[in-house]
Amino acid sequence: MSNASEVLAKARKVTRPTSLDFIEEIFDDFIELHGDRYFADDKAVVGGIASLNGMAVTVIGVQKGRSLEENVSRRFGSPNPDGYRKALRLMKQAEKFGRPVVTLINTSGAYPGIGAEERGQGEAIARCLFETAGIKTPIISIFVGEGGSGGALALAAGDRVWMLENGMYAVLSPEGFASILWRNPSRSAEAADLMKITAHDLIKNGVIEKIIPEAPEGIENNFKFTTDIIRDSLIKEFKLLFAISKEDLLEQRYERFRKFGEFDEGTC
Amino acid sequence: MRLFKKKNYIMLDRPKKEEPIPEEIENPSIPDGMWVKCDHCKKLIYKEEMNEFKVCPKCGGNFRMSAWERIAVICDEGSFMEYDKGMVSKDPMGYPEYDKIIEKAREKSGLKEGVISGRCKINGHDAVVSVMDSNFMMGSMGSVVGEKITRSIEHATSMKLPIVIFTASGGARMQEGIISLMQMAKTSAALKKHSEAGLLYITVMTDPTTGGVSASFASLGDIIIAEPKATIGFAGQRVIEGTINEKLPEGFQKAEFQLEHGFVDKIVTRNEMKEVLGTLLGFHSGKGGLQ
Repeated sequence: MSNASEVLAKARKVTRPTSLDFIEEIFDDFIELHGDRYFADDKAVVGGIASLNGMAVTVIGVQKGRSLEENVSRRFGSPNPDGYRKALRLMKQAEKFGRPVVTLINTSGAYPGIGAEERGQGEAIARCLFETAGIKTPIISIFVGEGGSGGALALAAGDRVWMLENGMYAVLSPEGFASILWRNPSRSAEAADLMKITAHDLIKNGVIEKIIPEAPEGIENNFKFTTDIIRDSLIKEFKLLFAISKEDLLEQRYERFRKFGEFDEGTC
Repeated sequence: MRLFKKKNYIMLDRPKKEEPIPEEIENPSIPDGMWVKCDHCKKLIYKEEMNEFKVCPKCGGNFRMSAWERIAVICDEGSFMEYDKGMVSKDPMGYPEYDKIIEKAREKSGLKEGVISGRCKINGHDAVVSVMDSNFMMGSMGSVVGEKITRSIEHATSMKLPIVIFTASGGARMQEGIISLMQMAKTSAALKKHSEAGLLYITVMTDPTTGGVSASFASLGDIIIAEPKATIGFAGQRVIEGTINEKLPEGFQKAEFQLEHGFVDKIVTRNEMKEVLGTLLGFHSGKGGLQ
């Protein structure tokens, strides 16, 4: 098993498939829908409707660019509040029409910018978390690359969270962590090891439920290997989730996040 | 023509005026605990001049308030009954010397963790209240803060009570890693249940309310109040400056900025806070229809 910094490097590799690559490979007939209906269409978040083995599903992904130019327009996959509001709009649309939701996460975090703050980055993420707790349709999230901070969590508060073998998920980027706690961003490799960011770490504490393997020759060299597994797993899992009543689905979703925390009741 | 004529002056030894004591002193050497420096006007304040609201008598700026100081000025006397008094954190990430860091924070703050929660009355109205304390690791949210806030929301839901949360936090607690991040989803989901039960949630954002706390329960109040000049925002200012490579405008991420952009309902000063909260709780108490 590779160590955390190697995983991090793979998760961030520029040749790694983006969310749109996954969408095109896993689903059929994807129709992208744009805009949050309030302010803008954030290009760091893509979303729409597609077919999963004949069933209509809502798909949302954080999108990094495939070139420098595209990366600039998509802010390297760091969403603005408008991106989270678009995602929430599409999740509510899915609920209305009884479609399940798949979210694909690949972001170092929400975008830190003036406009983002003026339009309520905190509120947008909070609203996603709050509303997701009540959306009466199954939601499965897959970390396909990087997953950083509240900007990743906002789109991963549903029923199942899966991760690719070389995906990662952390409270903050290892550079940010080392910078805040040790005032030294160059200690990021050490931070990455300490932070337990890999799929193998995260399945132990229940942050994720499933690790999706990547081909030994590298995901970009055998993409189908991974996307076939994702497609089969989604079909199976949605069948299970649709068999649960809406009330139980929400209660299980509540318990999924309610359990996190390590503390002692202590003495007064 | 002599363009650069050299002038000769007579030098006089003027008697030195008595130097006034500067009101702004960088590193004053004064006995500990008697004077405090106001972060807003930078003036030195004699501690005894300050009232229970901890407001600067010179400029009206707020000093940071501890959780217990706040409970004393918000809750009706003798009404506060604390929940989860003894709860202490474990070390989910195995962070080096986390126990020592916690111990230091305890000594500094006199608290077991970064939030105090309980049931109380505010101007006669029953409510659950949670008060964060920035003296404890900058109010950062780890397992205990997340759990105590979630439990207080759940208590409020089951007792059909409103909840008031005073936020003061730099965000998620880095030392507890991903488990801290999960507290954002946990608290927000608990608020969803409270909201669906038709109950009132008031947020009071105090300085600072940032990061993961701003991106979860702090921003979810039915009514959001802020204290004047409190820093409220998601991303850290240094991070934003580093990303966009420019200086941030004056007043960026202050309470007044959030009011202007529509993310805060009202800015309320400390001496009016209890009255405003009492009135709002009264409006939602279900009592007093048209006479």
